[in-house]
Amino acid sequence: MKVRSNAPSLRGRIADAVPERFFLDRAARLGVDHLVRGTSFAGRLAELAGRSTVVATSSQLTTALALIELDGVVRRLTILPPDTAADHLSALIACAEADAVVIDEGTPSQPAFDLPARVVCAPAIVQAEQLSLPQLPTEWVLLTSGTSGVPKMAVHSLASLIAPIGAGRLDGAVVWGTFYDIRRYGGLQIFLRAIVGGASLVLSCAGEPIADHLARLGRCGVTHLSGTPSHWRRALMSPEIGKISPRYVRLSGEIADQAILDSLRAAFPDAAIGHAYASTEAGVAFEVDDGRAGFPADFLDYGRDGVELKLVEGALRIRSPRTAERYLGTQHAPLRDGDGFVDTGDMVELRGDRYVFAGRRGGIINVGGLKIHPEEIEAVINRHPQVRMSLVRPKQSPVTGAIVIADVVLKTDCARAGGEQQQIKNDILQLCRDALPRYKVPAAISIVPALDVGATGKLARRYG
Amino acid sequence: MSIKLTIMDLMQQIAREHGKTLAPLRDDLVLLDSGLDSLGFAVLVARLEDMLGIDPFTAAEDAMFPLTLGDFVKVYESAQQRAVA
Repeated sequence: MKVRSNAPSLRGRIADAVPERFFLDRAARLGVDHLVRGTSFAGRLAELAGRSTVVATSSQLTTALALIELDGVVRRLTILPPDTAADHLSALIACAEADAVVIDEGTPSQPAFDLPARVVCAPAIVQAEQLSLPQLPTEWVLLTSGTSGVPKMAVHSLASLIAPIGAGRLDGAVVWGTFYDIRRYGGLQIFLRAIVGGASLVLSCAGEPIADHLARLGRCGVTHLSGTPSHWRRALMSPEIGKISPRYVRLSGEIADQAILDSLRAAFPDAAIGHAYASTEAGVAFEVDDGRAGFPADFLDYGRDGVELKLVEGALRIRSPRTAERYLGTQHAPLRDGDGFVDTGDMVELRGDRYVFAGRRGGIINVGGLKIHPEEIEAVINRHPQVRMSLVRPKQSPVTGAIVIADVVLKTDCARAGGEQQQIKNDILQLCRDALPRYKVPAAISIVPALDVGATGKLARRYG
Repeated sequence: MSIKLTIMDLMQQIAREHGKTLAPLRDDLVLLDSGLDSLGFAVLVARLEDMLGIDPFTAAEDAMFPLTLGDFVKVYESAQQRAVA
């Protein structure tokens, strides 16, 4: 265990909360100071002490309350993101060696949650004497946004999660908001920034229209707001964008291109705008605040804030106190290489004095934060009897982010008349819709005469 | 078929494919309220490029964020005029 036992737990970090601090979602507004002498577990927190606990709460607000109370009390804290597939639950719970689960009133009933301890977290705080439970260095387990199959489980500590956060408190009253879900790394960073920085936090609810979320952020006077470039593109298309005027605009989770940075600069002329490079495994590696895409080349030469970067065959590797320590389970390659670096799989290219991101190694496509293996989609397309071969590739659009396009070569004996080609395209799309989740279905099919096959006999895939 | 009709036709088609219900399509309809989500719009832009041969959003120097259906149609109309000129 790497965490110093005298490092304050999350609850310790809110001990001096002022009455003005709040956590808020659509349904409830809770004073953070109430949690200093209260609980959301109705006196049942002690049942979880020392256990490996899965947090399966349905709302972000109850998740936030549960995390504050559980850190330092449970042995291991595994956070389930809201879109966790029901048929992965048993494998995840077994891998975490979980013997306890925290749910809320919206958590669907699942046989997998039938564990020795099952405790409900309420979206309310009841005054209570603080229990004096033994303090543990809790392991924080986050799920990666996997491509298919059971997500990987990356082990962090509170120390590695808050290492990227500056020590000083921010000036003035700070209200954080996030378009992310706090049950994933990007959103969890914002939750922790609010706790460590003495700020308030505005959360969204499942299925909430972005216009309602923006209006609420505006009413609460959000000062610091974070999301992926895709989140921000969507926000910029909402008339409610005029209701917020954040002092700090943050992007992470996907590569920020120059177009989205310029659009945000135009929308918020007085705000500081920064884009962070981060992943669940590598943690936050760096933040860029000069308004330009990519990152300065000298980031590779000089370690900044204890983070070292290096390139191996064009891909970025990162060593820092902010990375996860390992994956749970034995079926994965080690999370860090022999020298302690995390291989991000992100390809970068030097252009002038900047490194710019050039896509994922192996052609993995990131659509709105969800990773897609092109081979999986090609396999479906190739089932069509008139398809010779296909190549699925990302297409970048400043407005929509990455989307999936399929180039298809038809068998030579096929009719090539326009009408029949359109029918084949429709058939291929129908095949994809029947076999794949919606975000993996190609946005467009283009019929091409041939595809490049490289010297290795593999389809030539370009990055980006 | 006019660009406007092409766009409205495709929106209906994509909404059907994605199992979404469209709001009545009028010029002042806010795109985010139309019933298509961001993935739906990505598909719309890609299909329009396939049909019309233009992607005004990628071609633009500055990213444009149309708010209404009328704005969106105008972006394509002026891009096509530029392509013809």
